Amino acid sequence: MSSKHTLSVLVENKPGVLARIAGLFSRRGFNIDSLAVGPTEHPEISRMTIVVNVEESPLEQVTKQLNKLVEVIKIVELDGSASVNRELLLVKVRADATTRGAVLDAVQLFRAKVVDVAPDAVTVQAVGNADKLADLLRVLEPFGIRELVQSGMVAIGRGSRSISERPQRTVTVPAPVSAITIAH
Amino acid sequence: MTEQGGQVSGSVTGAQSLVTSLEAAGVTDIFGIPGGAILPAYDPLMDSTRIRHILVRHEQGAGHAAQGYASATGRVGVCMATSGPGATNLVTPLADAHMDSVPMVAVTGQVGAAMIGTDAFQEADIRGITMPITKHNFLVTDPADIPRTIAEAFHIASTGRPGPVLVDVAKSALQAQTTFAWPTELQLPGYRPVTTPHAKQIKEAVRLIREARRPVLYVGGGVIRARASRELAQLAALTGIPVVTTLMARGAFPDSNPQHLGMPGMHGTVAAVAGLQKSDLIISLGARFDDRVTGNLDSFAPNALVIHADIDPAEIGKNRHADVPIVGDCREVIAQLVALLQAEGADGDYESWIAFLAGLKKSYPLGYDAPADGSLSPQYVIERLGAIAGPETIFTSGVGQHQMWAAHFIDYERPNTWLNSGGLGTMGFSVPAAMGAKVGMPDSTVWAIDGDGCFQMTNQELATCAINDIPIKVAIINNESLGMVRQWQTLFYNERYSNTDLHSKRIPDFVKLADAYGCVGLACESPEEVDATIEKAMAIDDQPVVVDFRVHRDAMVWPMVAAGSSNDEIQYARDLAPQFDEDDL
Repeated sequence: MSSKHTLSVLVENKPGVLARIAGLFSRRGFNIDSLAVGPTEHPEISRMTIVVNVEESPLEQVTKQLNKLVEVIKIVELDGSASVNRELLLVKVRADATTRGAVLDAVQLFRAKVVDVAPDAVTVQAVGNADKLADLLRVLEPFGIRELVQSGMVAIGRGSRSISERPQRTVTVPAPVSAITIAH
Repeated sequence: MTEQGGQVSGSVTGAQSLVTSLEAAGVTDIFGIPGGAILPAYDPLMDSTRIRHILVRHEQGAGHAAQGYASATGRVGVCMATSGPGATNLVTPLADAHMDSVPMVAVTGQVGAAMIGTDAFQEADIRGITMPITKHNFLVTDPADIPRTIAEAFHIASTGRPGPVLVDVAKSALQAQTTFAWPTELQLPGYRPVTTPHAKQIKEAVRLIREARRPVLYVGGGVIRARASRELAQLAALTGIPVVTTLMARGAFPDSNPQHLGMPGMHGTVAAVAGLQKSDLIISLGARFDDRVTGNLDSFAPNALVIHADIDPAEIGKNRHADVPIVGDCREVIAQLVALLQAEGADGDYESWIAFLAGLKKSYPLGYDAPADGSLSPQYVIERLGAIAGPETIFTSGVGQHQMWAAHFIDYERPNTWLNSGGLGTMGFSVPAAMGAKVGMPDSTVWAIDGDGCFQMTNQELATCAINDIPIKVAIINNESLGMVRQWQTLFYNERYSNTDLHSKRIPDFVKLADAYGCVGLACESPEEVDATIEKAMAIDDQPVVVDFRVHRDAMVWPMVAAGSSNDEIQYARDLAPQFDEDDL
């Protein structure tokens, strides 16, 4: 049975990394539910949070294939209960003088926020896990949703440990070949 | 510029820095073709006393030559091309090297940094194009990054599971002034191949090996890349376990050794196919359970436990569940298995299994029927070629029937003497790969065994060979057909030969073509002439030789497991299934 898995992937902050990872998923036939990329506490490292919907054994393949990418430094699967995960939602809801009060009640109930107001609409910002945002949308839907944008999920493990504490790894390069003995 | 031990002081161009970097990486031979964007690099290349650049006739030839060079020598093969079409012509060899784990670095020119993304003349996003078919690739726009990038490219190409690395360098970076500094260390935080196997897994593997009754050593190309033939010979001698070598591993274990069952797979020997299919323990060493080996995966070796050793963790369990996964370099893995087996006792009881397989090997040897009309049989040609040229010879091949026959009917005794396109199945591999092998191993005889279809895809490199004193020998197994496709049409498409007739006994005239290219052209069409023709070709060592062996067109490759079928369905010859007397087991 397939289920959702959240992977935190630390990558070198270099051009083309996102294309490499997105390409890997499509090429190997794995579906991405959501993907979010951003900086970390180390400027040379970016962090991707990837949600995939796969069975256990393809998940192992995904992880191994990702690990083969030279620019992928570390992959951690974040367990739902041992991590905090959040998405950001911005939604433009129809709200005129007669309905605005009801919309604002809903916004308050979900601890969301109004970030823009127009005569016939409000823009609501909400942060939460996928379930909470889905519930909010269900409540707002009857008022009329004009536009909606949502971020991919970002997630972080609970507790004090950091996944990006990294051992410094260097490779010694063989000295340049100064006197070449040519075999032929 | 002054040069001391690979270090250059003062200001240099990016192009000079690139050439010095390649020298520092130990490059002695490059196959390539110049063009606009890479042109700055070709200027200092002309002055390099360390690097011989071989001007090929098509970039695909450069790529396969680099592969042949790398596969024959174990060193990184290098090719060079310009932007756009030069680079895209490298796509096939890169994909081929990626599938067959060939260490290779491709350097391509790119349009100037300011023009990238403008659809400039001869612009192609070669880094984007080759992402799925390279181990890694780079785009360099800052000339200061050139030495480090080249050092990283060679490190990545040659370590872990080897593979192709592409370095795309913008023309502006080649033209700019920079300083050259060869790095002393590399920061590759995400690249750390595991070469030493886990002791616990070795212990578990040894336990299974000792308990097994029907074990088989399933040897893949990884054993050759890891230079582990000696260790493999020790393991085989110590345990007596039968050995199969895949298409990529031919030569990893001597064919003359009676333990060797031959090649498994779609066209494997009956003994090798049965050796996997009926085994209770598959010891996979640097192999990847390719579909051409396993056939229908669900019915593959149903009673076998699997020890899977590979340097690439992603191969383990990819197709077949591994009961004992071992991540590590094959040489270290096998050496540790040998050491522990010696300590604990290599006392497995495989006697009846060995006898069963020996019986199959005897009952179902490789063979072929001589054509009734007295015409030349392709298998005979290849068999004689192997016998006369001998085990020191390096053989390359294209893809198709001649490849399967060359894998079967030549006895390989040493690693790196059988070079072919296994994973990608690239027709046209043979001639340029032979050219590369001959450059890398100039004292070895190199025979390209090619089909008439394959040969017509890349034979322009005969000019390169003739001009640059690279005396390869080419045996065209001319059945005037795309023979393997024709075989499938015979078997699965009611003998409807749609577009497989090449008429190559008429056009082109291969002897004249060889002559036009400055090679010696020979033809042979009867069995009586075969030995004399081969000997004549062997006697010429100052010029490339092309022999047109005009063979019977209806010969087929047997044994065969039809695509997608179970290995249990192996046909020894058409409509002839072998009898497995399993009571012997």
